[in-house]
Amino acid sequence: MSAVGAPHPAAVRPTTSTTARRGTALVLLLVLLVAALALSLAVGSRPVGLSTVWGALTGGDVPAADHAAVVGLRLPRTVLAVLVGAGLAVAGGLMQALTRNPLADPGLLGVTSGAAFAVAMGVVLLGVTRPSGYVWFAFGGALLATVVVYLVGSAGRSNAGPIQLTLAGVALSAVLTGVVGALRLTDQERFAVLLTWESGSFQARGWDVVLPVLPFVLLGLVVAGLVAGALNTLGLGEDLATALGASVGRTRVLAVVAITLLAGGATAMAGPITLVGLMVPHIVRWLVGPDQRWILGLSAVAGPVLVLLADVAARVLLWPGELPVGVVTAFVGAPVLIALVRRRKATGL
Amino acid sequence: MTGVRVATTPGGLHVRDPRRRSRVAVAGLAVAALLLALVALGLGDYPLGVPEVVRALVSDQGFASTIVTQWRLPRVLVALVFGAALAVSGALFQSLTRNPLGSPDVIGFATGSYTGVLVVTTVLGTGTLGVSAGALVAGLLTALVVYLLAYRDGVQGFRLIVVGIGVTGMLHGVNVWLLLRAKTEVALAASIWGAGSISLVGWSQALPALAVLAVLTPLVWAVRGPLRQLELGDDAAGSHGLRVEASRLAVVVLGVALIATVTATAGPIAFVALAAPQIARRLAGSAGLPLVASALTGALVLLAADLLAQHVLPTALPVGVVTVVLGGAYLLALIVQEARRRW
Repeated sequence: MSAVGAPHPAAVRPTTSTTARRGTALVLLLVLLVAALALSLAVGSRPVGLSTVWGALTGGDVPAADHAAVVGLRLPRTVLAVLVGAGLAVAGGLMQALTRNPLADPGLLGVTSGAAFAVAMGVVLLGVTRPSGYVWFAFGGALLATVVVYLVGSAGRSNAGPIQLTLAGVALSAVLTGVVGALRLTDQERFAVLLTWESGSFQARGWDVVLPVLPFVLLGLVVAGLVAGALNTLGLGEDLATALGASVGRTRVLAVVAITLLAGGATAMAGPITLVGLMVPHIVRWLVGPDQRWILGLSAVAGPVLVLLADVAARVLLWPGELPVGVVTAFVGAPVLIALVRRRKATGL
Repeated sequence: MTGVRVATTPGGLHVRDPRRRSRVAVAGLAVAALLLALVALGLGDYPLGVPEVVRALVSDQGFASTIVTQWRLPRVLVALVFGAALAVSGALFQSLTRNPLGSPDVIGFATGSYTGVLVVTTVLGTGTLGVSAGALVAGLLTALVVYLLAYRDGVQGFRLIVVGIGVTGMLHGVNVWLLLRAKTEVALAASIWGAGSISLVGWSQALPALAVLAVLTPLVWAVRGPLRQLELGDDAAGSHGLRVEASRLAVVVLGVALIATVTATAGPIAFVALAAPQIARRLAGSAGLPLVASALTGALVLLAADLLAQHVLPTALPVGVVTVVLGGAYLLALIVQEARRRW
């Protein structure tokens, strides 16, 4: 990126302003995260004041019903939203960097429907009904879908083009969703278990859903952090990266592992939720520039902000019932997707 | 065999006499569709052989005639005609976008029609005519919105498709929201329709749709000349004295009307519009997308898919589920082939 040779004054200034920008973005996102967390704990069919929320969390003297709403229902739900947001956003960022496709998103490229498909198979064929059981199916399906889409997308000699990858993902999703639809029609009893899960909702998911998946998402975040620097080098092009001594193969494998853990884990917990992984890295990239370490790091903060706010909106919009959170994120994400392809150069990577 | 081309007029195959090959293909498809239809009329809990089916059709054979003409004929006829309508709709759009992927179901008009139907049934609560009108109007609106959002110094195939995916995503959200706020029994009926099925179609549902499609057919036939000129590119078409934008609009409206009529009656049946024209082009070995061969291919594909859904699978399924799986697999293959050819 920067010119080689003696630093020109004009070349130094953007660096300092970039640092300032990154710092500002980090602080801003952290503030937003705290606000979104507070909202997520306070808003619902039983609104609770912020001081009561604090009291309930710190073991203060609050009414039992408020305590049950905040600690029993909304705390696991909030943790779930944070994990799903971070998982999907970082997975999307990794996919965009790995495929150099600005439209990459775990939902759009079929990774979430791969996970959903595998879970449905587990339910129908093996009678798995507990989240701790179907986590493994979600991981397996996510991995398989990632590999298939990547292979289809790179079926030519050159790198996969954005259109090819996106369409491969859409086609794969259509097939897998069709099969799941067929299974649902043939085995309605078992599918009653999965119906809320399938629409991408956070409703009625307690610690029994969150805890089994938590370690995998955290591991995925750690792996993503480890490969972020190498992805910067990979972004220079495969030949140059090899010349610079980067291990292209190892970086790719680790990135695929991280994508699988993050997208598969998020899908296991929440069901298929699209476009979070598309939006967040783009917004973050616009804030902090092209360094993958910053993009992935801040995506892990911005993803939860987006998903928490979408979940709060999902609880409020259909009062006193609620919308699946996936519907809200689709509604926020689709305009971003359209804006991206309307831009003259839809790369910006 | 040449591959599918994106953003160019399909060059076609090199055959000694393309017209002859095309005629042979059309005749072969017609015979195949007819035979399959006769077989389909005989299948069911009360199985009949092909000779018995023919006898039941041409003269009154009592119970056998009732079964064939009243129970099975509407469904078989609807499968043939709807398949043809979907395929022609796909051919019109693919010709217009000059892209084998520029099909109404990839772009998401069926989802828009579904939204229209849901608005009519869950919010307004009107009858059959309202449902058809809702599907048509919402399908057209979706087409318009996708077209406008994708427009930027002209409409490029890729942008059109991705905008279509985005708009489809939002409409899907609207659909879920409408289903969630509707009464349970209304939502259940609407979501059965949403799977895309022709199993519940009797004469009373089939006839209005068939009448509409009968009116649309000569109109489609009339735009096929302008469509061929549009395939050559806007400049060439304009220099031949064609009113480019008006012709394009006519093609779009007809294409949407065809698919919306089918969607209003049977629900969204995915991917027939995508796959049938391309299969037909390969069979007929023609340069452009052949409308007649496409129609026959679509008829054959939808009837075969319905037979598969009805008789081959362990449980009877809506035909839309079968076409989604088959068509999605076809789309994957198309993308792989496209990648091989281009690089």
